[in-house]
Amino acid sequence: MSRSDVLVDADWVQARLDDPKVVIVEVDEDTSAYEKNHIRNAVRIDWKQDLQDPVRRDFVDQAGFEALLSAKGIANDDTVVLYGGNNNWFASYAYWYFKLYGHGDVRLLDGGRKKWELDSRELVVEVPARAATEYRAEAQNTSIRAFRDDVLAAIGNLNLVDVRSPDEFSGKLLAPAHLPQEQSQRPGHVPSARNIPWAKNANDDGTFKSDEELTALYAGEGVDLAKDTIAYCRIGERSALTWFVLHELLGQQNVKNYDGSWTEYGSLVGVPIELGN
Amino acid sequence: MCGAKAGGPDLAGVDVAKETIIQGSVTRNGEPVNGYVRLLDDNGDFTAEVPTSATGQFRFFARPGKWTLRALVPGATVDRVVHASLGAQTEVPIAV
Repeated sequence: MSRSDVLVDADWVQARLDDPKVVIVEVDEDTSAYEKNHIRNAVRIDWKQDLQDPVRRDFVDQAGFEALLSAKGIANDDTVVLYGGNNNWFASYAYWYFKLYGHGDVRLLDGGRKKWELDSRELVVEVPARAATEYRAEAQNTSIRAFRDDVLAAIGNLNLVDVRSPDEFSGKLLAPAHLPQEQSQRPGHVPSARNIPWAKNANDDGTFKSDEELTALYAGEGVDLAKDTIAYCRIGERSALTWFVLHELLGQQNVKNYDGSWTEYGSLVGVPIELGN
Repeated sequence: MCGAKAGGPDLAGVDVAKETIIQGSVTRNGEPVNGYVRLLDDNGDFTAEVPTSATGQFRFFARPGKWTLRALVPGATVDRVVHASLGAQTEVPIAV
């Protein structure tokens, strides 16, 4: 698999804006950003309303994912290109969902919405009409999803990569600093986790660093990629970006994203927590 | 949209006394600019990023101490060093 099979640049997208078999999908933390404007012919997936179970804390299930993609007019053989704000945090999260449910051809727009805006490319308000499909999802591929017991078993044994900012890792902050800090869970990190912030994967404009730079980053941080790796953050979206780097760009097959992440782990009774650097 | 507004976006529902707020606006010739502001810690590590609002405003919920704000707008990048305090709203106007 080459980098362009999973990551495309703005020129690639610009050249395919009118290709009916390429579906551009915006996924933002700020779910209203799409309403302000978006890439022409892009549809929206709302990470809160569309991708979560409405009652339990869990994902939309297989039937729900099928209904969602069918309603969005996405077919199984379409090429899906995801992009969003926040350096593609939630687009990466959606990418991981598409892989979890077995979509064949899904890619990220390098740099996401930010790079597109900083390049002053066209954004529109018109919402495209796509005919509904009959999408069929596969059962969840849990080889890329970690649960809390996997994390506890990994302490001291496998690679645990905490991708939050250094201040969240050390316990000085409880949430990324664009959000209010009052939270119910305890601060800190999983013992034996290494802090490799997601931002080290990317340039200021949100584009990913080269494969060579990324390989050097993880080697330099002492991550033995021959071992299984679990990445986590606060709610699993930034760690989906690191999962994308390790699993999709660098081709490591033994990498899981822990979507429960710190909001689950930091609320568990009796589990070990480390503070500080 | 008329001119840039001072200060950050609306704080309704936030317990300001428990937060360390850094906020401001990004302007060019007095007019708001659409772009992004990054918050870097005292080692220069990325901590957060927000898009500016339609009126050029931004806000972070940080911790007391020294931070660097980096404004990214089409064609320009501008850094500002700030010192933030608990319970205070540190105002940082950034002209690019």
